[in-house]
Amino acid sequence: MIAVTSTHMNEAQHHHAHDDGKKTIVGFWLYLMTDCLIFASLFATYGVLAHATAGGPGGRDLFDLGYVGFETLFLLLSSFTFGLAVISAHKNKKGSAILWLGVTFVFGLSFIGMEIDEFTHLIAENAGPGRSAFLSSYFGLVGTHGLHVTVGLLWLAVMIHQVSHFGLNAVTQRRLACLSLFWHFLDLVWVCVFSIVYLGGVL
Amino acid sequence: MLGKLSIEALPLDQPIVVWTFVVVAILGLAVLGLVSYFGKWKYLWTDWITSVDHKRIGIMYILFAIVMLLRGFADALMMRLQQALAATGGAGYLPPHHYDQIFTAHGVIMIFFVATPFILGLMNFVVPLQIGARDVAYPFLNSFSFWLTVMGGALVMLSLFIGDFAAVGWVAYPPLSELGYSPTVGVDYFIWALQLSGLGTLISGINFIMTILKMRAPGVTLMRMPVFTWTALITNILIVAIFPVLTATLALLSADRMLGMHFFTNELGGNAMMYINLIWVWGHPEVYVLVLPAFGVYSEVVSTFSGKPLFGYKGMVYATCSIGVLSFFVWLHHFFTMGSGANVNAFFGIMTSLISIPTGVKLFNWLFTMYRGRIRFHSSMLWSIGFMTTFAFGGMTGVMLAIPGVDFVVHNSLFLVAHFHNVIIGGVVFGLFAGMNFWFPKAFGFTLNETWGKIAFWFWFIGYWLAWTPMYVLGFKGMTRRLNHFNQPDWVPYLNVAFLGAVLIGIGTVAILIQFAVSIRNRKVSADRTGDPWGGRSLEWATHSPVPFYNFAHTPVVTSLEQHWDDKIAGRDPNAVRPYEDIHMPRNTGAGFVIAAFGFIMCFAIIWHMWPIAVVGLVGMIITFIVRTYNMDTDYYVPAAEVERTEDQYARAAIKGAV
Amino acid sequence: MSYRKVKYLLWAIGPILLSGCSDIELLNPKGSIGEQEKYLILLSMGIMLCVVIPVVSLSVFFAWHYRATNTKAHHDPTWHHSTAIEIVVWGIPIMVVSFLGWKIWHTTHELDPYKEISSATPAVEVDVVALNWKWLFIYPQYGVATINVLDIPVNRPINFRLTSDSNMNSFFIPQLGSQIYAMAGMETRLHLMGTETGTYLGRSTAFSGPGFSGMHFPAHVQTEEQFNEWIKAARASRDVLDDSAYLQLRKDSEDNPETIYGSVKPTLFQQVTAEYDCTKKNSLRHDGDLFHCTQPGSVVMENH
Repeated sequence: MIAVTSTHMNEAQHHHAHDDGKKTIVGFWLYLMTDCLIFASLFATYGVLAHATAGGPGGRDLFDLGYVGFETLFLLLSSFTFGLAVISAHKNKKGSAILWLGVTFVFGLSFIGMEIDEFTHLIAENAGPGRSAFLSSYFGLVGTHGLHVTVGLLWLAVMIHQVSHFGLNAVTQRRLACLSLFWHFLDLVWVCVFSIVYLGGVL
Repeated sequence: MLGKLSIEALPLDQPIVVWTFVVVAILGLAVLGLVSYFGKWKYLWTDWITSVDHKRIGIMYILFAIVMLLRGFADALMMRLQQALAATGGAGYLPPHHYDQIFTAHGVIMIFFVATPFILGLMNFVVPLQIGARDVAYPFLNSFSFWLTVMGGALVMLSLFIGDFAAVGWVAYPPLSELGYSPTVGVDYFIWALQLSGLGTLISGINFIMTILKMRAPGVTLMRMPVFTWTALITNILIVAIFPVLTATLALLSADRMLGMHFFTNELGGNAMMYINLIWVWGHPEVYVLVLPAFGVYSEVVSTFSGKPLFGYKGMVYATCSIGVLSFFVWLHHFFTMGSGANVNAFFGIMTSLISIPTGVKLFNWLFTMYRGRIRFHSSMLWSIGFMTTFAFGGMTGVMLAIPGVDFVVHNSLFLVAHFHNVIIGGVVFGLFAGMNFWFPKAFGFTLNETWGKIAFWFWFIGYWLAWTPMYVLGFKGMTRRLNHFNQPDWVPYLNVAFLGAVLIGIGTVAILIQFAVSIRNRKVSADRTGDPWGGRSLEWATHSPVPFYNFAHTPVVTSLEQHWDDKIAGRDPNAVRPYEDIHMPRNTGAGFVIAAFGFIMCFAIIWHMWPIAVVGLVGMIITFIVRTYNMDTDYYVPAAEVERTEDQYARAAIKGAV
Repeated sequence: MSYRKVKYLLWAIGPILLSGCSDIELLNPKGSIGEQEKYLILLSMGIMLCVVIPVVSLSVFFAWHYRATNTKAHHDPTWHHSTAIEIVVWGIPIMVVSFLGWKIWHTTHELDPYKEISSATPAVEVDVVALNWKWLFIYPQYGVATINVLDIPVNRPINFRLTSDSNMNSFFIPQLGSQIYAMAGMETRLHLMGTETGTYLGRSTAFSGPGFSGMHFPAHVQTEEQFNEWIKAARASRDVLDDSAYLQLRKDSEDNPETIYGSVKPTLFQQVTAEYDCTKKNSLRHDGDLFHCTQPGSVVMENH
């Protein structure tokens, strides 16, 4: 009896220690699903309010597809470079991982920069978030995405430092994996934003 | 710098509030003084505030819930008194703005800061023990969740003394909750208190799903989990699915109020119906979040005190799952009277009444668990039987409300109010008290006083029926909820009886406090040396009372649904097995508390438009979190020798107790 | 329980049960819709009580009979499964809910507030505007309007159109039947018919702010002659509800007295609903505007 129990015990503990990283990643996945629901609520709100322009400008009058196309390009590219960073990390190449994370950061920052510029223009044209329910829902949805990207940028900056400080150990690898999920998730959300808000608004 | 905050924000003109403040301040100072006098600050900080132990967090959740219950109940008594006084055309003693805040605060507090934390507390304490785990999946996040909930509650309490609280009803329908109609900070307190506690609950939800799915001891398959753990799993899945919607909805309402946006306003295209849909997409499953774990408690209690396995375990599991699924398809029954078409109303009416099938099955299962048992009337069993006799009626009135044709005449009436108190008091609260009496010895190593426990039950039970039966009748008499004053002499007798009922419940609540005091005084006599005072059946009774910080000396190995019961029958004692091994445990951290405290500062500053301070709060949260990620020393090993020492101590105490 | 105890109990409860129906408004309806809803209440409650009462009695009986001290009771400490019982415990609620589900589908269509009541007598149109904190009733067929009082003829369908010019309220006359929300920018409908003359209490049931308790009105269901008399008297009133009077009226006020307007601007109701049309630029309210009745309204109606 004793022998049986303690073998089981060993297995359990062994299992437990190994499982830790995976558990965090699955948990983070679960968190992303909850985030997805926040975006779902915002998309639903946008869907309901898209025509409530209150006599103000609509999507057709406001959106510049070319400009947004560039934004999209930057974000997609940043996802690609993040992929390269993860590959480097898997190969335990610390230098190149940091390099690609840096490139990702620059692309992400350009995206946010362009978005802020777009928002400033809209507000200057008297098409700010308080102009109509349509614009509220537009700023609410796109702004929430932008806020997420900003948080992602902060996280990227911290990760660049942590990788250089701690090296590529189990913990930083795990965190990179979570950040990578987060970053690709935001990319996916942006694809929906682009198709539904911008394309849908202009076409 | 101070934004909208000025000396006028202090309600010095309202004597009730001022006196409450004086009493709270004296009590608060007394507590602080006692802690200082006994030099317990360090102990509080290292052993409780920074603790990541799921058992301590669970205990703190429940303590917090009981403190908030006292506040919420005071609100209830004040409402009952106002309606009893102002039924014949008088103004009563509470002017509308004060009264409106009280019923809003009552609802918000009871749901978010009593029922939810109590449930979370029980889950925290019990679930890891029932699945044979050492802690939850993310112990640090668990502490963070708890402190977020507390900070949310603190905001609500603060609103009593600085500024005012929302006066719009507990779900804060716009346009009434918009700036144009509610220009004070009340609704902002509501929003940010719920954002804090909602975030806490959401993180808890993720934590517990992962705990239950990933941390079960070897052999604990899904179908060998006790029903309480099953209900906890479904509840947490619901939490994860609905709380993001609440967060988003409240964020939009806040954007309307603070950034001049137009999601739910009357003007410039806003759509209040959107809010009403979103809030109930969260709100209806939320009631199942509360009641499912209570069902879990009854399952454990009824089976234990009947001395029998639960009847129809599988049926219970399926019923729980189907309630979870169905709960997402019923939200529209909260507004049948909004003018949706007959098809839509009929669909949601039928979906709602479908929920009574699995719920009915559960009632039958408890019934047949008692059948041919040997029932001991422990107070938690009394709460359970009280629940079965009360809840059945609540279920019936719930189905009546689900019939659109009936709802058209009882919507927003006291019939509705009586219904949800019937299911929340008779369903959730009774379950919480049953669970508290049941698991108390596991937490503290001594049992609760039975005499006072039974006195509390009978006062609550009779008080419940006295308070709410007249409300059902008043609903049929056309009395609307949330009325401040009215001239209806024929309602007076009913309201007086209801007030009497509320007083009885108040006595019941005091009896619970006395129960605590008496039990603590008699703790030597009522010490539980066996770790299994009730003849328990699931794993939590296999370890000692109070549970050692590592839960189990050996990770349990499970081969059946009622492992502990079967071990007892077979005469096995898994704890006595040697040698012991090192145990891997998480280290305590103050990060959760500090981040939540910065969150509190941020939210308070946002409420009052104190932007620089809000930035300080936000930056403080972020930096604390980042600093925490640089700490790589978050866990440690308890040496086998220490485990052995602890186990020997328990063994010696047990022998002494037996002698 | 002995026979004598039962007798005493019946003596005590009987009068309450008997008098109950006349005291309890919903069980004593005075309108055609309310009549059907009363039937639905009693039917659903009756059917469910057939299950609830046995379940509750059994819980008490089992708890008592199988008490630990009753060693004579049958004891079976391992019994936890019986397919037959499982089928019954799933079967009973499924049967009850199936019947109720069928009833729900049927009666929800039958009692749809939007459904017009068929009647040989012509309908009376009433437009309802919920204001902070009073009810405005407009009679477009007669060109009169009232505040906080509703006069309607007996046995004629009443077609309500409802909206709000502020918060959401719910329009409800318990003894006549269904309620419906009144929301800004929305037009909801409700059809009721009084079948017995008398005065019945009506009120808002959806909380709408500090003046909410005062949002009640008497609904006078009158004979045809009385109603015609009333219309005549109303038309004689010299109060006129035009744009400027309406702007005064829509400001916050509590516990407004009953008022009758002898004439009313014909397009007023449409104006109120159009004011919140989400595709058009509409007026913005400022903080103090509606919350403090003393401040002048900022709404400019001429824009439309």
